[in-house]
Amino acid sequence: MDPLMPPPPIRKISLEAPPTVVPVAPVAIDRDGAVNGNGNGVGHHVTGPPPSDAPVVDRMACEAVTISYGAKVAVNAVDLPIRQGEVLAMIGPSGCGKTTLLRSLNRLTELTPGAARGGRITLDGQDVDELEVTELRKRVSMVFQQPNPFPMSVFDNVAYGLREGGSKRPRRKELLEPVEVALTRAGLWHEVKDNLDHPALRLSGGQQQRLCIARSLAAGPEVMLMDEPCSALDPISTGKIEELILELREQIAVVIVTHNLQQAQRVADRVAFMYLGELVEYGTGAQVFDAPQAQRTRDYVGGAFG
Amino acid sequence: MSATATRPPAPRDAPAPPRRTRARDSASSWPLRDRIGLALCWGAGITLTLMALSILLYMCVKGITQLKPSMLVTHPSAAVDQSRAGGFLDPIQGTLMLTAIGIVIAVPLGVCVALWLVEYGRPKALARLVESAVDVIAGAPSVVLALFGLSVFSETFFTWMSFRSEDTAFGRSFMVAGTVMSLIALPLVVGATREALLQVPNHVREASLALGKTKASTIRAVLLPAVRPGIATGTALGMGRIIGDTAIVILLLGNTLTVQPRDGGAPVLDVLQGTGSTLTSYIYGNSPIGEGNAPQKAYAAAFVLLLIVVGLNALATRIARGRGKETAWIR
Repeated sequence: MDPLMPPPPIRKISLEAPPTVVPVAPVAIDRDGAVNGNGNGVGHHVTGPPPSDAPVVDRMACEAVTISYGAKVAVNAVDLPIRQGEVLAMIGPSGCGKTTLLRSLNRLTELTPGAARGGRITLDGQDVDELEVTELRKRVSMVFQQPNPFPMSVFDNVAYGLREGGSKRPRRKELLEPVEVALTRAGLWHEVKDNLDHPALRLSGGQQQRLCIARSLAAGPEVMLMDEPCSALDPISTGKIEELILELREQIAVVIVTHNLQQAQRVADRVAFMYLGELVEYGTGAQVFDAPQAQRTRDYVGGAFG
Repeated sequence: MSATATRPPAPRDAPAPPRRTRARDSASSWPLRDRIGLALCWGAGITLTLMALSILLYMCVKGITQLKPSMLVTHPSAAVDQSRAGGFLDPIQGTLMLTAIGIVIAVPLGVCVALWLVEYGRPKALARLVESAVDVIAGAPSVVLALFGLSVFSETFFTWMSFRSEDTAFGRSFMVAGTVMSLIALPLVVGATREALLQVPNHVREASLALGKTKASTIRAVLLPAVRPGIATGTALGMGRIIGDTAIVILLLGNTLTVQPRDGGAPVLDVLQGTGSTLTSYIYGNSPIGEGNAPQKAYAAAFVLLLIVVGLNALATRIARGRGKETAWIR
């Protein structure tokens, strides 16, 4: 090591700090959706994506949602609004329940044996438990951490969401246009337009993930859930997907789970910080990153733990 | 070297070309038992290879010298004079037909069993029961299955599968033998399909469900294409097993030298209801202990059989390896 360099700074981790839980949901949220670090006056650097012009509409809401796997409580009494026109990022250390909460939004948690949910999740005011599950999942789509194209051609992957029950109808000619639209929105059309018949699993990792996003988009979802969509990708693919997320937020409510705090700062209008199953802090990106209320949040976004 | 040295190194003539260092440690540091063990491993592998090669070589030499192209296209007949005993066209037909029947029954059944086991498998107790049932069938010697089949298919209820013989069903026909043959191929199809299904990561299933698809369409459109190489492997292995089996042929196919359609049946159905033989039973019959006792013919037939089986094995390996790369998801 170079003796002239000062030793790296040692951060003090305040273990004794009380896990302050700030009151959430209805309070401390300005509804205009502008993200300018207002209020606290700490905004010494710009946080958050460029503001969008689209009106902000409430689409989904979690009310006192509790999810447990057997005796283990993974998510504890979380209230959270999900809005169209904004990107909501969920951050927090591994095992804090953010993925579980995300999966419960389109009832994928039901597939896990032993998972139980309390509280209410609504989509446009309607309880998701009362919706037919396939109907719900058509409206609330999900993109996974690992790229998972189906073992079929690029075209069929995108068309899969448009066809009923996995059949081969409607035929290719009728679907070409919506498939092209979806692939274009996902920024993949120019790369794959000449080989739509190639197996999707031959694409590169970044292309596969954008294909998965196109596949979800083709089905015309109203809410898009993304579970660390860039964790397996290189920075260039990540950048493309982040641009896409910012475009999508105008028509679709986007929720993204990420371990990458810079990514959350780049794309998120709202940030929810979870810790040990609790929603610790919720606010605009500027509020959570530059002026966190809770000590836990301060430590996490400051890099003290995680 | 001191840490403060800044002088460049003295110029050298030419850099030594890169050389490969040996990855092996010297045997002198090995204890005796490990050296013996290693020697045994080498020995075992080489012995096995030599045995396989000698079988192949012996059968090739014997087969090629005995095989005449006419044998492949002439019907066999029971003649003491070998020049008039014909070839083995009928046994080849029998082998192919029996394999086809067995596979047509075993593959759909086996894939369904594997799908249920992996994708549903509830209640747990029933799943365990199904698994042990498959294991029992896999473990039962084919002659036991054949004996069981004979008593079952001789019931008058199954007359339509063979034909009436006095007051019971004859219980011996292509249909009967093919049905029992499907049982010995079934565990291989179940096993290969099951392995392939378990290789598909869960998030792929969830991705389909998250698009609002039902479980049934997920299985049909996503899982079945994904496990197709596995099904192909199981099918090829099952074919090999069916082709090689003798006991079921002797007990349940009637073991007539030529294909004997049932008297007065419908055109195609009469063959399925009739009797015949396969290459394996033909080899048995023409071996020195069989009735025919024409070892030259037996060798020629064995050579043809070996070619078919080796070809199928190569096909299975190619299918399994060639398609393996495509379905590589990040787990």
